[in-house]
Amino acid sequence: MQRLFATTLLLLPGLLLADEVYLKDDSKPPEEKVYRGEVRGNVEFEGTYFFENPLFEGQSNSDLSIAAEPEYIYEWNRGDDIFTFKPFYRYDQRDDERSHGDIRELSWIHAADDWELLAGVGKVFWGVTEAVHLVDIINQTDTVENIDGEEKLGQPMLDLSLIRDWGVVDLFVLPYFRERTFPSSDGRPRFAIPILTDDALYESSSEQHHVDLAARWSNSIGEWDIGVSYFYGTTREPTFVILPENIDPATGTVSGANPLYEIISQPSIDVQGIFGSWLWKLEAYHRSGQGDSFAAAAGGFEYTFVGVGESAIDVGVISEYLYDGRDDEVGAAVIRPGVAFSTSPFQNDLVLGTRIAFNDAQSSEILMVAIMDLDGHGQTYSVEASRRFGNDWVFALEGNAFGNVPENTSLASFRKDSNIRLKFTRYF
Amino acid sequence: MKTSFKILPALALCLLPFSLLAETPEEQGLAIAVEADARDSGYVDYTNDVVMILRNKQGQESTREIRSRTLEVDGDGDKSLTVFDEPRDVKGTALLSFTHKTGTDDQWLYLPALKRVKRIASDNKSGPFMGSEFAYEDITSQEVEKYTYKFLRDDTLDGMDVFVFERYPVDKKSGYTRQIIWMDKDQYKERKIEYYDRKNALLKTLVFKDYQQFLDKFWRAREMYMENHQTGKSTTLKQSNYQFQTGLTDRDFDKNSLKRAR
Repeated sequence: MQRLFATTLLLLPGLLLADEVYLKDDSKPPEEKVYRGEVRGNVEFEGTYFFENPLFEGQSNSDLSIAAEPEYIYEWNRGDDIFTFKPFYRYDQRDDERSHGDIRELSWIHAADDWELLAGVGKVFWGVTEAVHLVDIINQTDTVENIDGEEKLGQPMLDLSLIRDWGVVDLFVLPYFRERTFPSSDGRPRFAIPILTDDALYESSSEQHHVDLAARWSNSIGEWDIGVSYFYGTTREPTFVILPENIDPATGTVSGANPLYEIISQPSIDVQGIFGSWLWKLEAYHRSGQGDSFAAAAGGFEYTFVGVGESAIDVGVISEYLYDGRDDEVGAAVIRPGVAFSTSPFQNDLVLGTRIAFNDAQSSEILMVAIMDLDGHGQTYSVEASRRFGNDWVFALEGNAFGNVPENTSLASFRKDSNIRLKFTRYF
Repeated sequence: MKTSFKILPALALCLLPFSLLAETPEEQGLAIAVEADARDSGYVDYTNDVVMILRNKQGQESTREIRSRTLEVDGDGDKSLTVFDEPRDVKGTALLSFTHKTGTDDQWLYLPALKRVKRIASDNKSGPFMGSEFAYEDITSQEVEKYTYKFLRDDTLDGMDVFVFERYPVDKKSGYTRQIIWMDKDQYKERKIEYYDRKNALLKTLVFKDYQQFLDKFWRAREMYMENHQTGKSTTLKQSNYQFQTGLTDRDFDKNSLKRAR
């Protein structure tokens, strides 16, 4: 974290200097709004209920939580310079690891004619598919927020965008690594073996200070949006190691697994094509540095029926196929002392889903997704529904269910964790 | 359109008497649309603020606030970038649209919570814009080529001399079979539009109010009132704070600028 604040301090003179330049510039008409400062954000009240009794000691059938995410924005030079500060904090009734804070964003963006620079803590999204986000690698996943992998930790970075006729090239320098969050032994859902989040192991002797690098070219060509990326540095997705000291010699009981962050090299591609009501999507990467090199891919489509039955309702049908070169079996044969193992669940899976947008004044929406393992390793189901109340409140319902998960697969620890979560969020 | 801007009014003046004497109602209707388009060409770019007040059948209201900027593109439709301020849960959400004279428009939606840019299926033009009674196709730029036309009659509306003509969407995905336009003969501005649904029943009426002229040339309605006759809902759209020729470039309408929208 110290490094994180140091980066910000370095930025401040730049901010002040740029502001001064603006103040001397009186060529702009006085009524034109050339700067804007604003506070916005939300406070979220959340309750989760689990339908079955927990598998592991310490877990409960219910959980209450509250979170806040304010944001301060200051724009000047007619929006060509932007300062953003977005802290986050959550308190969780049961899980000490889920009670956590983060600086989601603390950055300065400067835009020029053919380049842009983001310096500070930021968030970047790459990718196109719905069920998984394979190529999205810049930011670490905040797993305790949601197991869907869509919540991210703030990442210290320099991101230089070069804007050319033939596309946009982004060059990233990532000077500090953020460790993935994992639930404590009281958290639910969690893995059978508690993850020793605070005792991460690193391949690089620089550990969290290894400077990671990434580059990306992206462009829109007619119906196609294409991105080609390369990442070299600390993997965001760790493997796990059980050290001999965490095995009770008398009983053989394992007290915890350490996350291991290797140095990886990962080229990737993401492509989306739009043809009328069809969106075709593909994401794929090849990763080396974590044992045998392997590839992962996800591809499919979303088709939207617009205005179903003379109504304003849009119904989208989603289907994707998920491939991962890593095995999803995590049995006794895989977990051996001192040998790294992975917990990737989607090695050969089919996704079927539907997105219903009511297009009403309350922006009511429902997204339902089923992921079926084609090797018979179970199914996961998820529902997300939301509706606005008044101008400032949103009520959301999220459900997750796990079916027929065999005990030797990576989702086995979640098999009793089908749950429903209600969220009331106040926006300001 | 920018280059022809100086020639067009002159050209239009020469053509006007002929076009109005043209034999078929279709040619007459097209000539009016071409003239209206010519009179609004050359604005280069503008920015404005929009407030939408949505009313349901029971009279309950909810409000939408957006900031918008628009760039005229030579020989094609417009580029526009719209940032949502209200309701607050969608604050910072932004929509980038490239309209085209022919073929489907391109649209990208930026979701600030995920920092994700999503391409929007181009067929989705008949859907409501932010839950309002305005469809996407009602608020994107009305290129001449997007319709065929038929002149109906000369008439008066609120004491103004108007042309009344029909237009028929070229795109099969439109939610309408036809629209009837009341356009004043003095300024060639729309004063009223009736929208007929796919079953050719009257769906909505749009009334334009409070026109203001900018740069001695370009007229913009500061208020538009859309009433849905089938659902009893209505939307008032108020536009303010117009600034023309602010120096916007293509760079203000790319995916990087979409991601910078706040």
